[in-house]
Amino acid sequence: MNPYMPFKSKILKIMPHTDIDYTFRMEYKGDVKPGQFFEVSLPKYGEAPISVSEIGPDYIDFTIRRVGRVTNTIHEFKEGQYLFIRGPYGNGFDVSWFENSEIIVAAGGTGLAPVKGIVDYYSLNPKKAKTFTLMAGFKTPDDVLFRDDFKKWEKSIDVILTVDRAEEGYKGNVGLITKYVPQLNIEDIDNVKVVVVGPPLMMKFTVQEFIKRGVKEENIWVSYERKMCCGVGKCGHCKINDTYICLEGPVFNYVKAKTLID
Amino acid sequence: MGIKISVEKFDSILNELKNEYKIYAPHTFAGLGAFSDTNSIRYAEIDSIKDVEYNKKSDFSFKEIVLPITQTLFYFTEDEWIEPKIVEKKILIFARSCDINAIRCLDEMYLRNGYVDPYYKALRDKVRFCLIECKNSFENCFCVSMEANKTDDYDLFIRLENEDVYIEVRNEEFNLFQGEEAVVEPVFVTENEVKVRVPEELDERIFNSRMWKEYSSRCIGCGRCNFVCPTCTCFTMQDIFYKDNKNAGERRRVWASCMVDGYTDMAGGHSFRQDKGDRMRFRVMHKVYDFKKRFGYHMCTGCGRCDDVCPEYISFSNCINKLNEAVKEVQE
Repeated sequence: MNPYMPFKSKILKIMPHTDIDYTFRMEYKGDVKPGQFFEVSLPKYGEAPISVSEIGPDYIDFTIRRVGRVTNTIHEFKEGQYLFIRGPYGNGFDVSWFENSEIIVAAGGTGLAPVKGIVDYYSLNPKKAKTFTLMAGFKTPDDVLFRDDFKKWEKSIDVILTVDRAEEGYKGNVGLITKYVPQLNIEDIDNVKVVVVGPPLMMKFTVQEFIKRGVKEENIWVSYERKMCCGVGKCGHCKINDTYICLEGPVFNYVKAKTLID
Repeated sequence: MGIKISVEKFDSILNELKNEYKIYAPHTFAGLGAFSDTNSIRYAEIDSIKDVEYNKKSDFSFKEIVLPITQTLFYFTEDEWIEPKIVEKKILIFARSCDINAIRCLDEMYLRNGYVDPYYKALRDKVRFCLIECKNSFENCFCVSMEANKTDDYDLFIRLENEDVYIEVRNEEFNLFQGEEAVVEPVFVTENEVKVRVPEELDERIFNSRMWKEYSSRCIGCGRCNFVCPTCTCFTMQDIFYKDNKNAGERRRVWASCMVDGYTDMAGGHSFRQDKGDRMRFRVMHKVYDFKKRFGYHMCTGCGRCDDVCPEYISFSNCINKLNEAVKEVQE
């Protein structure tokens, strides 16, 4: 088997969130976990590692921001056309890690995509968690992703949606996620399970806030984004120390993650 | 035991072997060095044993034979992919012990770390090694310290002495070589002028040492040290399309370097290790710490080519030795 060879996948649906963030629903059957990623491949343009943002019985979603050559071109594609993909790669999150606990998922910006599968699962099965809180931060109200999903989620789980800055008169939360960590109502600090995913600085400071509140390091998980050309442990770009993010990650328990110094 | 034959006879057998093998050896390209009136020594296909450069270290390793600088992964048309043909001939590489030891690292990455890389495997399966000796240690070599000065992992050993070729055949594929019996045993270098000691007590604390700062300004991030290294394995993928038909093209991989700008760039503008000192730390620690942590042995064979080629006269071996002091510094 040639792991570099992509296969064809049909675009079933395109769901725009903002001017630059679209979700592409792709035809796919097979085992995938939240937090795993695919290399989305466009001949002539190259490849980009994209996390799975929703997993269905015969589809997967990719939430893709147009920020480069490959992603700009993907945004020009229409429903019914095909993309080329290969994967899934990486370890991903196992939702069972968190079962029967107080669970907090803190996501910054597009960092919500890789953990959306966890939120989907527990919002559909709220009894499998003691409590479930989603903290999601975006730059401005215009940058909010998955608006329709938020409406659904709010019915069964706690949601703190915040934006870094907003025009006067904005009624929602304003401020970084870190501002809301001290206000969280946590009953059993020793057993609360926390997932933090987002831009590097957001992850760093958010994890620090949780540790300040007394959350144990072994109860915190993060997902690391790195440049990944091959996705299969060869190209070396994603290596930190002796760890290949594409093979052993991108999801790490914080006990391990804190030793990964770039 | 081995055999002894004349150069003429050797060359005629070599030519016969060429029906089945591509034969590569270090070769001097006169006048093609980086500076005027200097030579370049690199791997090339040879026609005669006299083409082999025995007396000098090659500027580049054999690496590009099994891991080409640019390698097409597949050709594409609108929605079809075609894998390139694999060279059918076997590959015979004349190499010194350090380089034969180096292929273990390439194998580790491309055959064992995660998936098997089919492109590498296709070439690697064809490779046979012909050991060549180092009569003396060359400038900047520290193979003894890295335990890469010896090997018994070769198919053929050849020594050229005046007009005679002494041969030890270890793989019956090379039974073509027949001649007068002679005692043939390779001699390995047992001491280098340059010696290094990798501190045993190395760990991540060394990241905080001040020693890396020196390289922030000295290193210019050209990546030459990576490209001459026989054990560096990183690559980047590129897509190209043809001028005449924009619907057709190819995806290929090209060597990449952790010392060069852009290596860690991600979509959205994030990148890591912008500082050259941090890159130096990353490379040094990969070669003498974290590769060993993962696979059980060091990734450096002490060939010294990185020292030979650095335009800023940065010495990797010096850097390793500095680690000994740095370990104390960070423990204080």
